[in-house]
Amino acid sequence: MTDLTPLASRTTKRHCSNSSNNNSSNNNSSNNHSSGDNRSGSKALYALMRGIIIVFAILITWQGLIVAFDLPSFILPTPLSVLDRLLLRHDVLMRHSWVTAQEIIFGLLLGLSMGLFFALQMLLFKPIKRWLLPILIASQAIPVFAIAPVLMLWLDYGIASKVVMAAIIIFFPVTTCCYDGLNNTPKGFLDLAHTLQASRWQQLIHIQLPAALPALASGIRVAVVIAPIGAVAGEWVGSSAGLGYLMLQANARMMIDDMFAALFILSLLSVVLYFITDFALKKLIPWEH
Amino acid sequence: MSQTPLGLSIQHACLHYHGAEKATLQDISMDIPAGEWTCLLGRSGSGKTSLLRYLAGLLDDKIDWRGNVTCSDGLPFQHRIAYMAQQDLLLPWLSVEDNVCLSYRFNQQKITREVREKARFLLDQVGLLAAQNALPQTLSGGMRQRVALARTLMQDKPFVLMDEPFSALDAVTRHKLQKLSYTLLKGKTVMLITHDPQEAVRLAGSLYILTGSPAQAESLPLPNLPPLRELDPESALVQQQIFQTLEQDND
Repeated sequence: MTDLTPLASRTTKRHCSNSSNNNSSNNNSSNNHSSGDNRSGSKALYALMRGIIIVFAILITWQGLIVAFDLPSFILPTPLSVLDRLLLRHDVLMRHSWVTAQEIIFGLLLGLSMGLFFALQMLLFKPIKRWLLPILIASQAIPVFAIAPVLMLWLDYGIASKVVMAAIIIFFPVTTCCYDGLNNTPKGFLDLAHTLQASRWQQLIHIQLPAALPALASGIRVAVVIAPIGAVAGEWVGSSAGLGYLMLQANARMMIDDMFAALFILSLLSVVLYFITDFALKKLIPWEH
Repeated sequence: MSQTPLGLSIQHACLHYHGAEKATLQDISMDIPAGEWTCLLGRSGSGKTSLLRYLAGLLDDKIDWRGNVTCSDGLPFQHRIAYMAQQDLLLPWLSVEDNVCLSYRFNQQKITREVREKARFLLDQVGLLAAQNALPQTLSGGMRQRVALARTLMQDKPFVLMDEPFSALDAVTRHKLQKLSYTLLKGKTVMLITHDPQEAVRLAGSLYILTGSPAQAESLPLPNLPPLRELDPESALVQQQIFQTLEQDND
């Protein structure tokens, strides 16, 4: 969990440099195809290099800490011993990763569709906003850990309770981003739609929704980074499978290298999910860059 | 729709924003001649944009309106106007061609093959056929405003309302675009709001200045030559006169 914040800031930086790269390669490709491809190719190579350097820097710092402070393996295992556990127990790790991945993805789908649905309700029926907003804020004021036991009670120890946890934790940022996006359509676009005699519904479909996509995309980017928190927190409170469950078990048995192996996979899962989402969103919303 | 040009007559119009202390326009009468450009000048806040937005149907729930607006064929003017704003208002997620076809997405119309052919014809006329598949963000300001012009032509309405559509462009682009617009909008009745006396004198078939508060419309005489007028002593004199009227109003 603590890993997530630096990851997010790192990925935003990368995302900015990528976007400028996209633009320049687009301009190039209209003049000269091969040089444009070369440039984007070398940029991709550069990004890969950067990723490798970051991973190595983390590994070296990790090992350096162990050597410098003479840390015993039950406090901080060495990278090599974690790698050893990753390889040795890959079948168990894969099985539990798959459970957590499902929780995250279904949680994302549920949270995103709920967020979009509520944002649309608030936009279309203004009085609803006044009734809904306190409920939305209350749903955020109650810590997700506090409702976790209730969700376990109602939805059982299986995947459903974690999906709902993940959905609850991402629901608010998605709803607000989406509502702001829908509510802040440039006034000129609405004027134009009006003079073109668009109906309320056509205006929503052809103008407001597409205009809200960049705002919704930032909501989705945030959601993808925080959804794993909900899933893993749910697993800690009560579960029979998943990476959170695995970490809890490993911790109880003092198998710290197993715990780190699970943590490593969880981080990897989040990063991969973020980059896939970011890539897909950029493809879907080319005008944002 | 594009047969004989239609004129518009505004009689004793008052425009009052809800909650405002004073009326924005008071007892204004204007004749907007058919098939010509009527230029409307005035200092900022004089109410010219309000008048235009009212005619475009964009102020219906914000103002009280009194007075008559009659079309020379006796039919209502609403839904027979096209609106061009200072910003080009191209939708960034649609290609240039789709932006030109935008009006056909609404009002129970379909984008058919004929519609697309017409759009490409108009894009050719504004010199942007090569950019038909580009996204608007890849175009320059002048090119974007030309696409907006093609979109306006695509609507094919007898009245075109323009709110300073050239003001954000550099001088040369503006000059070229004025000529292009004037040529392509032949046969339409155009109402143009502008801050630029030179632009007004170049394009106007009739010329009004809004002065005072609440604003009154004052008609100004124009040079004898028909538009597009080039800069000559006579038009320079009219420009001078416009400046004087505007300056007096500012004091």
